[in-house]
Order: sequence, then C-alpha cells, then structure tokens
Amino acid sequence: MDLQQASLDLVKASFPDEVLGQGMHANQQWIEIRKGRVLEVLRALRDQLQFEMLMDLTVVDWLGEDKPERYSVVYVLFSLTHNQYFRVKAWVSEDDPVIDSAVPLWNSADWAEREVFDMFGVRFTGHPGLKRILLPESYTGHPLRKDYPLTGRGERYDFPKHSR
Amino acid sequence: MAIQRPLSRVPMEIEEQSDGDLGAKRMLVNFGPQHPATHGTLRSMIEVEGETVTKMELEIGYLHTGFEKLAEYRSWNQTVTISDRMNYLSPLCNNIGLACAVEHMMGLEITPRCRVIRVIMYELARVADHIIGVGLQAMDLGAFSIMLWSFIEREKLYDIFEHVTGARLTTSYTRVGGLFRDVPDDFEEEVRRFLTAAYKTINEMEGMLNENKIFRDRTIGINTLTREQAISWGVTGPLARASGVVYDIRKQHPYLGYQDYDFRLVSYTQGDVFARYRVRVEELYESLKIVDQALKNLPKGPINVGDPEVVIPLKNAKNNPQGGMEGLIYHFKNYMHGHGVQPPPGEVYHATECPNGELGWYLVSNGTDKPYRWRVRPPSLYNFAPFPLMCKGGAISDVVSGLSSLNIIAGELDR
Repeated sequence: MDLQQASLDLVKASFPDEVLGQGMHANQQWIEIRKGRVLEVLRALRDQLQFEMLMDLTVVDWLGEDKPERYSVVYVLFSLTHNQYFRVKAWVSEDDPVIDSAVPLWNSADWAEREVFDMFGVRFTGHPGLKRILLPESYTGHPLRKDYPLTGRGERYDFPKHSR
Repeated sequence: MAIQRPLSRVPMEIEEQSDGDLGAKRMLVNFGPQHPATHGTLRSMIEVEGETVTKMELEIGYLHTGFEKLAEYRSWNQTVTISDRMNYLSPLCNNIGLACAVEHMMGLEITPRCRVIRVIMYELARVADHIIGVGLQAMDLGAFSIMLWSFIEREKLYDIFEHVTGARLTTSYTRVGGLFRDVPDDFEEEVRRFLTAAYKTINEMEGMLNENKIFRDRTIGINTLTREQAISWGVTGPLARASGVVYDIRKQHPYLGYQDYDFRLVSYTQGDVFARYRVRVEELYESLKIVDQALKNLPKGPINVGDPEVVIPLKNAKNNPQGGMEGLIYHFKNYMHGHGVQPPPGEVYHATECPNGELGWYLVSNGTDKPYRWRVRPPSLYNFAPFPLMCKGGAISDVVSGLSSLNIIAGELDR
C-alpha cells in the first residue's frame, strides 16, 4: 500500500477546508494544512493509518519568502506497521505563533516542542511544561529565526562575571 | 543593554515531606552535570525517599553549540565538518548520514566503490561506539578492566580512521557525491587484523559479563522500558530493539546497499539494561560480519561521481578529459562563494541507522549553495527524554546503571 498517497487522500477527504497544498520531492510527499485542526488531522492519521511514531517535530522559518505564513511546523510521522514516512506541515503566522501541542498523541513531542519553542518562539497550547530546554531561562530571543544574526548579539559578554 | 542575572538552575522542588516506610524523609540529589558517571554534561535532579527514586527531572543544554544555525551559513560540503563534531563516539556515521541525505535530495547515485567503503567505515564506527558503550556500562557497574579492553580496541580503530581520513575524531571523510580520498593500500590488511583482534576481545568481554552475578543483578529487570513507551517516546536504536520494537533502518529502509549484506536484526523483548547490553554485543558481531563481507567485495573503480559540477575533477590527470585547464575551472567554480554544490529547491527527510538510533536529517534547500534549514533528528534527544520514566520507583544506584545503558552523546543531545 502506498501509505503516502493514502494519507493525502485521508486528509483531503476528511478535512477538505484545512488543506492548503501538497508537495513532493525525492519521492517523499507531504501535505500542508492550516493550524486550526492540526490535532484532529494528526489523530486521524495516527489512528486510521497506524502512524505510531512521531519521529521528529521541527519548524522552518520562511521569513520574507512567498509562503502562506512565516513558520511551517513540520511533523515527521512514521508507521511501524507499514514502514513508511509521511510529513505534515502546519502553517503558523508571525503575529500569532501558537499551535496545539501534540503531546496528547505522542510523548516524543514533549522535548521536541520545547526545543522548537526555545529556538523559534512558537508556542504550543496544552504542553505540560513549555520552557526553554537548550538555552538558559534568562536568554532573550530565539536563535534559529532567520532575523536573528549569527554573530554580534554578544550574549557571552552580557552574563555577569562571578567573582570569588 | 541591561544585564540580566541568570535565573536559578534548580528546576524542581520537593512537593511533600511524607514519612516513608522507615521514616525516611524525601530529599533532592543532584546528579551531574560534571559527574563522571554521566559521560557527558547532563544533569538530573533526583528526588529520593530513602533509596527509592520518586521523581526525576532532567536538564540538558550544557553543550549547546548552535550547530543548526551555523550550518545555515556554510556551503553543503562545509556542513560535513559540523556533523562529525556532534557525535564524539562515532563521527563517521554522522558524516556518511549527512552525505547520503544530501545525495538523496539531489538524486545522485554514488559509485559502487564509494558505497562499499562507506559501509565499511560506517560499521567500523558502529563497532567503536558500541564497544565503548558496553565498556563504560561495565565500568559504571564496577568492572573496570572491561573498559580498558574496549578502549584498546577503540584505539586500534582510531588508528585506522586516522590512516584513512587523516583525523582520529574530526574525520569529515565524506563529500557530496563521494569521499575525501580513497582508502590506503594496506587498508584491507589493517582492517582484517582489527577484525580478528576485536572478535577475540568482544568474546572475552562477553565471557566476563554474561554470567557475572554482580552484573546480572544490577542489570536484569532494571530501568525497564516497555514497547508501547518506546514507540510513544520515539525511542530508536538498540534501546528500542531491546524493548521489542523490531526496527532497524538498515533492514527496513536499506541505504548504501545494505540489502546485499547478510546480517541479523538483533531484538529482545525484556527492555531492561541487560537486554540493551545483549543487543549491543550481538550487533558488534553483526557489524564485524558486515565489514568482512564488504572487504571481500570491495570493487575497484572511482570513488567520486563523474559530475564535475558536484565533485572537482583531477587537475593533473593525463588521460582525464576533464583534467588540466577544465579541471582548474571546475575547481574554481566549486569552491567559489555562491557556487559549488547546489541542490534543487526542495526538502527531504533522510534517516540512517546510527549506533544510537535513527539519525535523521531534515534538509531544506532553496536552490543556493547553502542550506536553508539543516535540521538533525538526534537519536540521543529522543532516547533520553523517557529516562525519568524508566528510573521512577527504582533504586538510586540503578540510575547510573540505566544512564550508561542509554549511551547518551551529549554533543548530539544539545547540538
């Protein structure tokens, strides 16, 4: 069974208003949806097409590109039963970077969403403990955003020096 | 700019002071980030009642280096140097995984010789990783000589890596479409000598540990992870296979021609520390088997693809039609800013079975010579997250035993 095609068909048939587009590159297919009912879409894929694992969750910042919104939250789903991958992309706007958390469906979303929040500032409603994971709590800014410079912020010099 | 004081790094507080069976009070124990048994800079805050772990919280990020941001400012070939700095036990696996992902995105077919050399190096790196993993696991439980034996074998492997790639740790061996250079002439002999020695050492390590009462008592039934938990937490690699998840990308999604090799998918169902040790040890034998088969069938021929837009042709080759002046031009074009390897716009998720699990690369290209997004799916991050779940209800001494069985690579965990 071509699970990628089945997934596309399922999402298009069950959530026709949510679909924003689809794509394919190097034989890998994905579907692009609105963020509103993302949890329902993911639940349908998990329960009806046996996507038992959320392999990865990440964000791409499309600042200044011709895309529906600024951020795309990418869910890399994997089905152990059918041994196939599928990607779901939910578009999140710059003004309101909030999306539903996938922790109720997969526990692996827990740290992945914390990392996304840390690096991109996209917030997840319903996450059990959304706080920074890699950077210190006092850090300001989200480094993987495209408008964050590679060098020049001088964080190293902003920390107070500890005297003995 | 106003100076902000860093907030307190204590992530949790004791909830209630209940009297346990022996009237023991709950207390917090700090484990790491500089503790030698963490084998990396990780921190766990453990709440214990007597000796039982009641709650645990993890804190990571001490080794955060911003690799994903750095990669967006480097050309596709330069990101190879970033990939091996993430993993300090098996850097070659990261090199090869990244090269495979970029080639998959470009639709490049690499040469047969390159494919076999990559398999050999991949499996040797897996041996280096697993043998150290088992050795450190034994050391954390008190068997110090096993660690020394495993380091002797790893040293031999690092000598091979140095001979082949020019570096022991920061190998950076792959290029998009091929390899940095061919293997030396006495490569096969050197690897064969290692295979014989490693086989003997692994056998001896097994003989010391398999029936060792202390080792068995401290590993069997400890830190159990069920199959359902492993799947839900995205756990992969030896950990998942020890918990009954029959999943190995080399079998399920063969890359580099792994379908042509005869090896067994090792899987256990107990999900405890001992099962993880067994999976690692048996995979060591399987890796040696794969290396042996690959050495027998190492084809002759070029190591790089013929496309001069991707790989620079030899400049001084006499019979090479693209040598000489044309080669010089391609060399210039390949290394000039804004030129070089330029995958078509698109995105790809490509996963390889690295020693710790699924090492995935989610790469986005916008058609230029630099990645638009260079995301690593680190196996250690997903393997480490359910650790409090495994430790809860167990003894505090088993935390060390469990942590060493996870074989967390902090560089990859924090990136």
